[in-house]
Amino acid sequence: MTIDSVAVARGPGEFMRGVQRGVPVLIAAAPFGLLFGTIAHENGFSTFEAVLMSATIFAGASQMVGLDLFGTKVAPWLIVLSIFAVNFRHVLYSATIGRHLSHWSLPEKIIGFFFLIDPQFAEAERRVEERKPITFAWYMGLGLPIYLSWVIESWLGALFGRFIPDPYALGIDFLLPIYFLGLVMGFRKRAMWLPVVATSGVASIAAYHLVGSPWHVSIGAMAGVVLAAFITPVTPNEEDRT
Amino acid sequence: MSTTVWIILAGAVMTYLTRAGGHMVLSRFPRIHPRVEAGLNAVPAAVLTTLVAPAAMQGGVPELTALAVGVVVGWFTGLMPMFFTAAAVLILLRNVMG
Repeated sequence: MTIDSVAVARGPGEFMRGVQRGVPVLIAAAPFGLLFGTIAHENGFSTFEAVLMSATIFAGASQMVGLDLFGTKVAPWLIVLSIFAVNFRHVLYSATIGRHLSHWSLPEKIIGFFFLIDPQFAEAERRVEERKPITFAWYMGLGLPIYLSWVIESWLGALFGRFIPDPYALGIDFLLPIYFLGLVMGFRKRAMWLPVVATSGVASIAAYHLVGSPWHVSIGAMAGVVLAAFITPVTPNEEDRT
Repeated sequence: MSTTVWIILAGAVMTYLTRAGGHMVLSRFPRIHPRVEAGLNAVPAAVLTTLVAPAAMQGGVPELTALAVGVVVGWFTGLMPMFFTAAAVLILLRNVMG
């Protein structure tokens, strides 16, 4: 790290650089916010409940799963457990990115972890790869616009969702997989990238068919992580020090 | 408050615990074993892949073509050009083939 990167590590410039990084995320996630609001409304949620769910849980896939179950006669604790299961991958994000946040204060950590969604984690990891510090200003510049638009879109969806034109022709159901693929490719210079991607890909597809969603995410992810842990060369010297 | 609101709030607490929990557990250890370190470094590629692979498996020609174009463009450029090119391919093919 040079004097330069320390100099740029504060102030509004840092916040705005985070905002810029979030632009593709905003575009990719926007239709889902609207879609969530729409489906919530159709499932009998009040506008308040739809907005509350987006504002407090802030995790698209798990919100959809939650909605799905509200329509059935499933016990409340089971719905909560399902939301937990879908979001379990965040435990890995938290452990991984937490290693680079030791310079944050406790309140910054408490606030910051709330915003640790998939793209937030991936962009933060890219930042680590660029050897730039993850400043709190940059992190919030990335996270706050995504959060605010998610909440607003849910609200608009709940109010006006039935007016969305043909979502299939606009490709909105497949924008997030494309975006996630782009993120996966962004990490291609990392050690063991190809073996990890291949293993997690095959394992998640197998688990998707054998075990079912959402467990394919945790199972597929663990397969890649465990592989990397075992095949990455570790010098005996390093092993001694632990 | 309605049951729905309680379920939402409980879901929010559980979600927050997953986001803070990994760090809370890991930060209790003064040193991280190099193999754990290697595993954690693989987390981005491992988890994000699982969000793509099953969707790709279920995709038809437009979806798979878009992903293939995305891989090629992404290899030579960055995330933004990759995303917009692949999305354009997807929308075009869906409208042409649909």
